[in-house]
Amino acid sequence: MSDVLLDIKDLRKYFPIQRGFLRRNGGAVRAVDGVSLSVCTGETIGIVGESGCGKSTTGRSILRLVEPTSGSVMFQGKDILKLSKSQMRVMRREMQVVFQDPYASLNPHYTVMQTLLEPLEVHRLHTPKERQERVYSILERVGLDPSYASRYPHEFSGGQRQRIGIARALILNPKLMILDEPVAALDVSIQSQVINLLEDIQKDFSLTNLFIAHDLSVVKHISDRILVMYLGKMAEFATSEELFVDPLHPYTRALLSAVPIPNPSVKRERIILSGDLPSPVNPPSGCVFHTRCPIVQDICKQDVPEWRALKPNHYVACHLA
Amino acid sequence: MSDQTITIPMTQEQASERPNFMHRFWRLWSTRMGVLLFLGLVLFSFVGPLIYRESAILPHVAHTVLPPSARFPLGTDSLGHNVLAQLMVGGQSSLEVGFLAAAVSMIFGTFYGMVSAMVGGWLDALMMRVVDAMMTIPSIFILLFLNAVFRPNLFLMIFVLASTSWLGVSRLVRGEVLVIKNQLYLEAAQAIGTRTWRIMTRYMLPNFLGTVLVASTLSVADGILAMAGLSFLGLGLPPPTPNWGGMLSDGLNYMFQNGWWMLYPPGIMILLSQVSINLIGDGLRGAIETRQA
Repeated sequence: MSDVLLDIKDLRKYFPIQRGFLRRNGGAVRAVDGVSLSVCTGETIGIVGESGCGKSTTGRSILRLVEPTSGSVMFQGKDILKLSKSQMRVMRREMQVVFQDPYASLNPHYTVMQTLLEPLEVHRLHTPKERQERVYSILERVGLDPSYASRYPHEFSGGQRQRIGIARALILNPKLMILDEPVAALDVSIQSQVINLLEDIQKDFSLTNLFIAHDLSVVKHISDRILVMYLGKMAEFATSEELFVDPLHPYTRALLSAVPIPNPSVKRERIILSGDLPSPVNPPSGCVFHTRCPIVQDICKQDVPEWRALKPNHYVACHLA
Repeated sequence: MSDQTITIPMTQEQASERPNFMHRFWRLWSTRMGVLLFLGLVLFSFVGPLIYRESAILPHVAHTVLPPSARFPLGTDSLGHNVLAQLMVGGQSSLEVGFLAAAVSMIFGTFYGMVSAMVGGWLDALMMRVVDAMMTIPSIFILLFLNAVFRPNLFLMIFVLASTSWLGVSRLVRGEVLVIKNQLYLEAAQAIGTRTWRIMTRYMLPNFLGTVLVASTLSVADGILAMAGLSFLGLGLPPPTPNWGGMLSDGLNYMFQNGWWMLYPPGIMILLSQVSINLIGDGLRGAIETRQA
């Protein structure tokens, strides 16, 4: 876990808002506002936060499915934000994505075989015969019967479709996998199966995972390190054990207190955040969390908290931590 | 296929097949009627003249405005043309023009709408405003204008008719492409690295082809009707080439002199062509839309 595979520096994505007939500039939605992250080869980083905190946009920016506004993404030593379209196309073999919604992410007019052949055909890998064999072997690897290859997506359940989505990402043998809430749309019973599959696959294919989720219990299980995001900014970053044992940011504490414990007799303090998520168009001054923070001080309203390491491998953006 | 087959596990071939498109297309008696009727019209127009070998162009000057008889089964018109022979040959140009005009408008409209939606931005706005502007002009006016300026022949007729009917197709296609463009599976295709051309041909086209095909089938009927209308107004294909609308127009002079054999045959042919094509279009729509459900 020494060499850095992916190094994100100050990544920002602002979606401009255009108003009215003349398309005047009406400000911007700061979906991702300064995310920096180093991901080592072979590790799994969890990114958590509530809806609208920019975790999905971060993932999509890294893949350039949306063009980031600024920042740099070094992947294997190259800044992929500076690559041309055709260079990027080649690079996509190394970085793949699994989407949240297994119903919408598969082309309904493609059979499973066509869906899985597509990446190989696009990148002109192997001979047609080898491609088919590869599809059958990858289907088996994700736990689907190879005879399903001739079927259409609508003939499958959500869990099976997600396995197809995983197979599509795997078939190019990528180094980096961005898992954008891969289990959020699935049944709880299916969630664990898919998570176990993802873990097995990570070992077998020596993948580096970026696991985006809003469910901390899922992330805890699978991640080495966890990044907590709030309103497009980084709140806290620590190893998985550290974050759960000693959360430093009040937002992280609130999130952790919301994780259900499967034991009704355990009484514990719930930290309930009041108010709604502020608008990312006009983020609050100072610390973006101050409008909902239970321990807010005057300084939080004025100064933006610095991103600092309180312990080795434990970073936080809070004045009071 | 009866209901019991549901319990039998599907074989691989069955599973790979779309739930039988032809079966669903063919199941309505109205669609079958439409197809038979249409085949009848095609046979009548294209094979008929090979069997009934009478000239449609040659005027029998001594035999004008004759009611049906053994020699002239549907009588003769004011110039002594054999109405039955004219009806057959007139069908050829109507069907040819209707089909080719629909094909041209389908191809051009698809291309136009697809480019507009894929490029987006100001070009999309401009291209669609052009369509809007052209749609505000009544199409019969454009057709009359074009046919008055140029001397119509078969090919010009096709392009004249297509010049107005592609507008609807382009709007339809643009809408469909915009929907597909925002589907998650298209983002997945981008994540794989699929090129735009492949996205257009492999992801977009198969998705909306059914809808466009239905619309184009119906526009065949529109084309036939528009051409008959133009000919009726005297701006269709020039004589001596017969066609249904022109025949109707000629026959009109004898409407109050009991000249029914000059009016009903072309009128009924136009009606039958409309009914048959619309029935086929409806059948296609039914079959395609069930598949998408």
